Formats: sequence, C-alpha cells, structure tokens
Amino acid sequence: MTKGARQAAREKAKTARTRRGQAIAVVSSAVVLGGLSALIFTSSGWPDVQETFFSPEAFRTSFPDILSAFWLDVKMFIVIEVAVLVFGLLIALVRSSGNPVFFPMRMIAAVYCDVFRGVPVILLIYIFGFGVPALALSGVPNDPILLAGFALFLAYSAYVAEVYRAGIGSVHQTQTDAALAVGLTRTQALRFVVLPQAVRRVRPPLLNDFISLQKDVALVSILGIVEAFQQAQIFAASTFNYTPLVAAALLYLAVTIPMARILDHISARGEVNA
Amino acid sequence: MTVPVLELTGVTKSFGERLVLDGIDLSVNEHEAVALIGASGSGKSTLLRCVDLLVEIDDGDVLLDGEVITDPSVDVVEVRRRLGFVFQAFNLFPHMSVIDNVTLGVVRGQGVPRKEAVERGRSLLGKFGLDGREQDRPDQLSGGQQQRVALARAFAAQPRAMLLDEVTSALDPELVGDVLEAVRELKAEGMTLIFATHEMSFAREVADRVGFLHDGRILEIGSPDEVLGAPKEPETQRFLRRLLAAGRI
Repeated sequence: MTKGARQAAREKAKTARTRRGQAIAVVSSAVVLGGLSALIFTSSGWPDVQETFFSPEAFRTSFPDILSAFWLDVKMFIVIEVAVLVFGLLIALVRSSGNPVFFPMRMIAAVYCDVFRGVPVILLIYIFGFGVPALALSGVPNDPILLAGFALFLAYSAYVAEVYRAGIGSVHQTQTDAALAVGLTRTQALRFVVLPQAVRRVRPPLLNDFISLQKDVALVSILGIVEAFQQAQIFAASTFNYTPLVAAALLYLAVTIPMARILDHISARGEVNA
Repeated sequence: MTVPVLELTGVTKSFGERLVLDGIDLSVNEHEAVALIGASGSGKSTLLRCVDLLVEIDDGDVLLDGEVITDPSVDVVEVRRRLGFVFQAFNLFPHMSVIDNVTLGVVRGQGVPRKEAVERGRSLLGKFGLDGREQDRPDQLSGGQQQRVALARAFAAQPRAMLLDEVTSALDPELVGDVLEAVRELKAEGMTLIFATHEMSFAREVADRVGFLHDGRILEIGSPDEVLGAPKEPETQRFLRRLLAAGRI
C-alpha cells in the first residue's frame, strides 16, 4: 500500500469511528430521556402534577407580575455583587497584610469571616431584618430591602474575602521578591504583580459565589419583600396552583445558566493558559 | 583611592539556629565582576539577597557607593532601585508581556516616562537577541529566553551593580550559552557584577576575581587563575576536585 493510500484508509477509519460515537450518543440519549419521560408521563399522578405545576393558564396569568417582581431580585444582586467584590477584597487585603499596624483590624476581619460564613444566610436576614429595626436607632434605615440586602452583602463578602485571600496566598513569594527587586514598593508589588495574578486565578470560584448569590436573593422574601419568589408564592397561595413557582424558577435559571456558561468558558481558558 | 561600588564588612546572617553567613568581607570596585563559587548551601544566594536587602542581615554592614545601606533608617526601596537582581528561576511576571516585564520597575519604580522606558526596553531586548518578542508572554519563551528577559529587566533600571544568582542553573544545557552571552554583554558594558555560579569556565572567563564560599565564609578570593588554577585552601581544592570528578569543569 502506498503512503497516500494508507493515509486515506486511516482518515476513513477515523471518520467511521466518529460517526459510530455520535450514533451511540444519540441512541443512549433517546433511551435514557425516553425512559425517564415514559416513567413520568405514564405515572398515575402525572395529570394532577401537570395541572398543579405546569398549567399554561396559571403561567400566563402569573408570569407578568412575577417578571416585574424579578426586577427587584436583579437590582439587588447587581448592587450586592459589586459591593461584595470591593468589600471582600478589602477584607482579604487586611487579612493578608503582615503589617503590625493592621493587627487589630486583622483580628476583627478574621472573626467577621468566621461568624458570617458560619451562620446560615437565612438567619442573618432574620437578625438584620427584625433585629435592627427593634433597636430603634435614629438614622438607621428600617427599609427591609436595605436590611436584607445588607445581610446578604455581609454574608457574601465573608465568602468572597476568603476566595480572594486564597488567591493572594497562591501567588508565590518569589513574585513579590522579583517585584521588590525591580524597585517597587510593597504596595506597588501587591497592586501590579500579586493582585492581578490572584484575581485571575480566583475568577471561577468568584463567579460560582455569584451564581449562588443570585439564587439566595430569594431568601429576602422571609421579610415579606415582594420579589419573584414571594410574588409566585402569593399566586400559589391564592389559587392552590404551583405553576407560578415554576415560572419563578425559570427566571432564576435565565440568569444563572448564562453565568455558569461564562464560568465554564473562563475556566477552560484558564486551563489552556496554565 | 576610589570608593568601591559595593562593600561588605562582617556580614552575618542566621536562619533560626543555622548560621548561613559568618562574617563576610568583600569589596567590589566599579566595572569589576566577582564570581562566587561554592557548594549548594554555602551561602551564595543568601549573600546576594542580603546585598539587595531582600533578606535582613543580623550583623555587619553593606555599603553601596560608600553609603551604609543596611542601616535601619535607609529607604530600602530606594536602595533596591540602584541595584539589579536576577533570580535563578527567572521570576518573570507571568501575567505581563515581555516588554511590560522589562519596563514595570523603570516606569513605576523610577518614574521614567512610559515611552522612554519602552524604547530603552526594546533596545535592550534587541541586544539580548529577543527582537520581536516584546508582546509575547513569558510562558511563550524558552527558559533561556526568559532568563535573558530577566537580565534585561534588571539592566533596564540602569543599576549601579547587578547581582546574578545562578542564572543558568535552571536551564537545559543547550540554552546556557545564550544567557552567558548576555552576561558577557553586561560585563562589556562595564556593569559591576557579583554572580553566583556553578559554571567554572565561565567564572574564569568573565570574572576579575573569584571568591570561594564555604559554610558562610569566603575562604579564598583572588584572580581566577589563583583560585581556580592554584587554590591554596584544602576546602577549595576538595570542591574543585569534586567538580572535576563530576565532569563539571
């Protein structure tokens, strides 16, 4: 066989292999999905479930109100995310600093991270939402949206501070040495050499925390704030139909799934670079 | 008599219980190149790091152009701007392009306008055989190329002296030559150099003086012919014999 012929044969075999793989994937998907659907749709309770959770009519009547309530979720998580990015970094810098001047702040920051990471977010929202107004301090806002938002901000800043801190710790000491050796101050070394590398490394876990925050905004409903989940519950409670909750779930997915894809993209690129 | 560029008197440094530098005296004149040889752990790297104030010494003094730089009141950042340091493992900034690596210290540390720094960086990179690589990332370069970027980075700040810490030890053998060529270039430019090295032939060729370090002390220092050709100290003889047996000379 000539060289060209062997190459052609090899290409042909490769194409056949690819086709076969694709065929197997299609068949197995059909079997699994078909099996699951058959199981669900032929179950004796399916007509009731369909009516309760997937009623097109209930969806149509509730969706516009849920969507407009969802804007509150969007506004809240955008504002909180930005604040968390800044404050979390600040906490991480304080905790990573070796400067003795910062010792008391370092201690406070460590206690803060431990406490706010350790308490369930839902409890924090309760404590801030009901506790702060009860103090009746003058000048402190009583708006439940602000208080609940503040609780989420504090909880997530604690998580994000630890993510940043891990990133800063992962940049090798030799990088700081090199930065100092070229004549930078410690602050400049941090700003131009350590932080850019640290932030790049922690982008995936940061985005992961943000996906989590986007869902946890629904927890503010426990203070009676009418955001998407609460609005859906109001519909569900008055009609005994849970379709509005499914509608709300779709809205959360509409923001978290794109975020997850961005995360995958960034992670994949990070692996190529590493 | 002219003032030496670098002078060390009784420099002592311990890490915990371990005495790493035990009263080092050394003076290096302008345009002079001093090679430091000795086994791993003899204190070569620590000595260089102490001079660049990356490590704080316990006792003794280091003088740069006659000024005591190990005094606690001295601004260490300002001192480091007058010295260049090149690390064994290059330590380039991986998130920056080659040209940004070279200009970072010049722009941020010394306040040289960016345009001027880039021009200076470009011409240095060209001199070290790295034309057209300005926009590459360090991980796109070979080890030898990275180390030449590191040399350019240290040289770009126009330091009074450069400290080279085994700049070829982390390289594959076939990449050593280009880096040594770059060091020769520095010497030809009249740069004052202290370099720790395992390359005896290179020390013999480039160094004006060779110092042999053993257990944190300079046991013997003199011209390459004296120290490498006819060493007086038994420890130096033993060290060179071991290198010879290992085929490293």
